[in-house]
Amino acid sequence: MRGVFMTTLKRELLLAVRRGSDLATPLMFFILVGMLFVLGLEPRPSLLVAVGPGVIWVAALLASLLGAERLFRDDFHGGGLELAALSPEPLSLNILARLLGHWLVTAVPLILLAPVLSLMMNLPMQALPVLLLVLLLGTPVFTVLSALGAALTVSLRGGGTLLALLVLPLTIPVLIFGSRSVVQAVEGDAVTGVWALASIMMLAISLGPMAIAAAIRISLE
Amino acid sequence: MIAEFFHMDGFAVWVWSAFGLTALVMSVAAVLVRRRHQAMLRQAHRYHSERGRR
Amino acid sequence: MARENWRWFHMLGSPPHVFRIAGRLAPWFGGLGLAALAVATVWGLVFAPPDYEQGDGFRIIYVHVPSAWLSLFVYTMMAVACAVGLIWRMKVAFAVAVAAAPLGAAFTFLSLATGSLWGQPMWGTWWTWDPRLTSQLILLFLYLGFIALNRAFQDQRSGDRASALLAVVGVVNVPIIHFSVDWWHSLHQPATIAKFGAPSIDTAMLIPLLIMAVGFKLYFVWLLLLQLRSELLLREKRASWVADLVSEQPGR
Repeated sequence: MRGVFMTTLKRELLLAVRRGSDLATPLMFFILVGMLFVLGLEPRPSLLVAVGPGVIWVAALLASLLGAERLFRDDFHGGGLELAALSPEPLSLNILARLLGHWLVTAVPLILLAPVLSLMMNLPMQALPVLLLVLLLGTPVFTVLSALGAALTVSLRGGGTLLALLVLPLTIPVLIFGSRSVVQAVEGDAVTGVWALASIMMLAISLGPMAIAAAIRISLE
Repeated sequence: MIAEFFHMDGFAVWVWSAFGLTALVMSVAAVLVRRRHQAMLRQAHRYHSERGRR
Repeated sequence: MARENWRWFHMLGSPPHVFRIAGRLAPWFGGLGLAALAVATVWGLVFAPPDYEQGDGFRIIYVHVPSAWLSLFVYTMMAVACAVGLIWRMKVAFAVAVAAAPLGAAFTFLSLATGSLWGQPMWGTWWTWDPRLTSQLILLFLYLGFIALNRAFQDQRSGDRASALLAVVGVVNVPIIHFSVDWWHSLHQPATIAKFGAPSIDTAMLIPLLIMAVGFKLYFVWLLLLQLRSELLLREKRASWVADLVSEQPGR
């Protein structure tokens, strides 16, 4: 069983590295979205600090969505997914590996870049550790939810916008807890949102792969 | 007294709009449901008469 | 064995059977529903005492709250139907969910609109990010997502199963969303009582509200049964029971 997991994971990472744009695009998008918000508002420091956490989270969410479509599309059309579904190995294991691969490629660079966005939004240094922590907890949930949306829409033409419509409402709790926690850190209050965030993350990681596997099987029909 | 009732303490516009909108939405829903049913019956009828009656 | 006891459940898997039962039950729900709505409307508008803070304006509660409750009830019911459909592979269950969705969305919209109409005179603004209204807005998107996904598939069966999965995931999310929105709002206004809550709801005000809520639900079930019949006709168009049915009708 471990063999399937590691093989799939390695494959995902290799593919992503080869298609360098897969790594770079979400990152550039992340920064770009942040810039757009700033340009759309006044560059007043007090305003930026106030909207900063929300902006960073929305940017992370959109960047995650962006990378979601390619999660299954190629393998769906190429037959790789069908093979995975028919194999004796549990499909959810294969999916877990894909999710991890996707997260490593999309979310980890984003988390590493968070200090840059934090600077753009004028967030105080004291908030940075909390920001990194909540992004660490929240981005896996984005990955799981985007993957679910991708799995449900992979067989449809032009599934991209539908994917967004399906996934975004489900991500709202993570957005709220993640963003508010950062706000609490900025203002020096007790950070209370993290516990809920951690619970959601564990729920998503444990149930997600099964739901996604079911969605893949439905799309393969 | 009746005028007072309709006036709703000054909130007439809001209260009556809200109730009116509710009545509207619920009636429109009923109309649409009925129309769909008739359309589906027609569709089924057309399908089976085209296939020829046994 | 207990096979006989489960017969009614298995018969619910049969489209013509459900079609017939729905047709027979519908008028009862319609009649009772309209009666309850009428009683509650009169009671709420005429006999319930005016609120000491909001005067007669509070009466909007009699349409706003039942719509909100119904929108949640319908989504939950849809998700249960979807789960039944996925687990027991009953296509009738999917038909129920698909029939309910636009109705649920309509009531969600109604709750938002009546909420706005309540907010404007009370707090001077057409929209407040009150937890209930915000949750209703999110719920509207959940409904629309379900409908869009269901219709996006060429194959009805796949569409049903995909949207069913989405509904089940969604229903798990609904309490989480409510909790997070409540938390979000409470941080912003710690001392205020929830605006659309009824902090001091009096029994005299509560009873018509409950009757209205029951009326809304009965009315919805009426519409659902009729819409379900349409769904079944559409899906089972080619079946012989439909052929028999339309041959009994005068030519339309």
